[in-house]
Amino acid sequence: MKKTYKIEVDCANCANLMEDAARKTAGVASATVNFMTQKMIVEFEEGKTPADVMGDVLKNCKKVEPDCEIFL
Amino acid sequence: MQETIVGVLLVTVALLAVVLQIIGRKPGSGMTKKQKVMLWRILAATVLLLALQMLGREAFDAMGPAGRFVRLALYLVDYAIIGYDILRKAYKGIRNGQVFDENFLMAVATLGALALAVYENGDYLEAIAVMLFYQVGEWFQSYAVGKSRRNISELMDIRPDYANVETDGKLEKVDPDEVEVGTIITVQPGEKVPIDGVVIEGRSTLNTAALTGESLPREVAEGEEIVSGCINMTGLLRIRTTKEFGESTVSKILDLVENASSRKSRSEDFISRFAKIYTPAVCYAALALAIIPPVVLLVMGKGAGWSTWIYRALTFLVASCPCALVISIPLSFFAGIGGASKAGVLVKGSNYLETLSQTKIVVFDKTGTLTQGVFEVTGIHHNELSNEALLEFAALAESASSHPISKSLQKAYGKEIDRSRVSDITEISGNGVTATVDGKKVAAGNDKLMKTLGVNFAPCHSVGTIIHVAIDGKYAGHIVISDVVKPRAKDAIAALKGAGVRRAVMLTGDAKKVADQVAGELGIDEVRAELLPGDKVDQVEKLISSKGEKEKLAFVGDGINDAPVLRRADIGIAMGAMGSDAAIEAADVVLMDDDPMQIAKAIKISRKCLGIVYQNIVVAIGIKLVCLLLVAVGCASMWLAVFADVGVMILAVLNAIRALFVKNL
Repeated sequence: MKKTYKIEVDCANCANLMEDAARKTAGVASATVNFMTQKMIVEFEEGKTPADVMGDVLKNCKKVEPDCEIFL
Repeated sequence: MQETIVGVLLVTVALLAVVLQIIGRKPGSGMTKKQKVMLWRILAATVLLLALQMLGREAFDAMGPAGRFVRLALYLVDYAIIGYDILRKAYKGIRNGQVFDENFLMAVATLGALALAVYENGDYLEAIAVMLFYQVGEWFQSYAVGKSRRNISELMDIRPDYANVETDGKLEKVDPDEVEVGTIITVQPGEKVPIDGVVIEGRSTLNTAALTGESLPREVAEGEEIVSGCINMTGLLRIRTTKEFGESTVSKILDLVENASSRKSRSEDFISRFAKIYTPAVCYAALALAIIPPVVLLVMGKGAGWSTWIYRALTFLVASCPCALVISIPLSFFAGIGGASKAGVLVKGSNYLETLSQTKIVVFDKTGTLTQGVFEVTGIHHNELSNEALLEFAALAESASSHPISKSLQKAYGKEIDRSRVSDITEISGNGVTATVDGKKVAAGNDKLMKTLGVNFAPCHSVGTIIHVAIDGKYAGHIVISDVVKPRAKDAIAALKGAGVRRAVMLTGDAKKVADQVAGELGIDEVRAELLPGDKVDQVEKLISSKGEKEKLAFVGDGINDAPVLRRADIGIAMGAMGSDAAIEAADVVLMDDDPMQIAKAIKISRKCLGIVYQNIVVAIGIKLVCLLLVAVGCASMWLAVFADVGVMILAVLNAIRALFVKNL
């Protein structure tokens, strides 16, 4: 399953860091952060629901970039 | 002297902050809350710094021994105002194992400079000013990027806000998402067509500029299909929707463009990899710069000069910030994709824009790409029957086919086709058809078909597609059909050559004679004729294996029959995609218009964009390296370092925005 989220992040490098952090989160098959359109596209692993995973994704992203926001 | 310059600089920053704060009050300035808060912080820190500088060291020295600490405290407050978030981020970064980022660089550099100043009871100004100018630079970057991001997004935004649905005789505005298939919607003059459909009432002129980039007006009348995203210019239209909003052309295009920059190009990958290696590398280099030279000097028996080298190392850190690169490359691609979509060229990703710029071989499908794909019957020869009778047999035999040639036969025949007269239709791909018409065995097709059937046929001297007709195994004559070359096709080939394309190749299922004639007329280098649909993929593969590694091959087709070839080529370009979903799906680059000139335009846009990307990479890395070198040998102060950093970044961002302007290419 694939879902798109609106995000808020200030710098392109931070967006790259968020992308890395999201990819490393358990339950995420792949993640792409689009800095220009301020969107994050997350593909979930089989059997995982966005509700389970996105909390962790947000937590991990906050770790690498405290100023970021994901609108769940 | 230096005091005056610093004073003027600080006053300028303060005034700028005030002016920007006033601009930020206006609605539509696009300043976020975070940016406004930052402006206040910049203003407060600048004013405090100015006041402290004006007081000077003497005022505090007069207070006795405590004066030194009062002065230090005040400067520290100022430092905290302007830099607390950087310190916090650097701390969090260290705690989370993300040590080397630009926050860390700035925190170490300014704290180090502060420590040196405390030790010497000297000039605190430098550390604070560096932080201040860094923040000013960051602010401009975030504002400029945010603003251009929004501008480009608006430019690409062709999303209709509402659809007019009639309920109880009154027009009501509803969200296009909620309109079901088959609903009657009304589009008034000046409004966007929100959903694909069929016109059931009214006639009007449409402006397709948002889709094709060219404001060629298009007429629609009752019974005709209408594509969403066009603007209704003149008359009131009532439309029965045939698709949901999510499936409509406008949604598809939006989806495509918005996701385009998610597919990253190699240059972007290079930059993010580069940043990952670069930051730790400069940190270690700075550490080395702080330790190795003094130690070497000590060993050689001279004074170590620790503070000089530590200062240089800190300056080195300030100068090394990689922001200019990291920000300007994605922005260039984004602007390039935005500019291209304004011109009616949809590029599905930054990677495709990059490939497109390296295109050296362009392979065309003939029909529908270089020619209009509107065939006309131009002659009927060697027939035993009357012209009309021969045409009738041929049209009936081909009645089940949707091939443009069959269509033109049916059109030339001109009457309703009575399908009940036809049976046993067999289509032989690339050859023709056989069928039973009125009990007679009719075969209609090219030379190959006649040969396989063992019919003696009369070769034709006219140029065009020849449809031989045999009835009950006996030759009955042939029909000549010609396609019309697109008016701008010749100019387009010339423009492609001008844009650096080395070879233009044409693939076609048509007879060699026809293909050669068209190729000669247009200036095409190579022709592969009489291909079956499957052969085109093989031909493209052959061409791909024969070219150099760096050269890319583009295939241009109309997206209807050539999806496999579009996928196989390094880059697939589909033309005339307005309303054709298949083309939008299969291709990497979609030309909304069917004007072949657009191909050259797409390549030129990509070249310009990639040119800007390389300029930014080279200039940013080049200036960085020169600065780092100057710092290492002690020719540059921290001031110069921070100005170089901010200056390069602003230049790179401005240069990136240039990719948006593609009108005169």
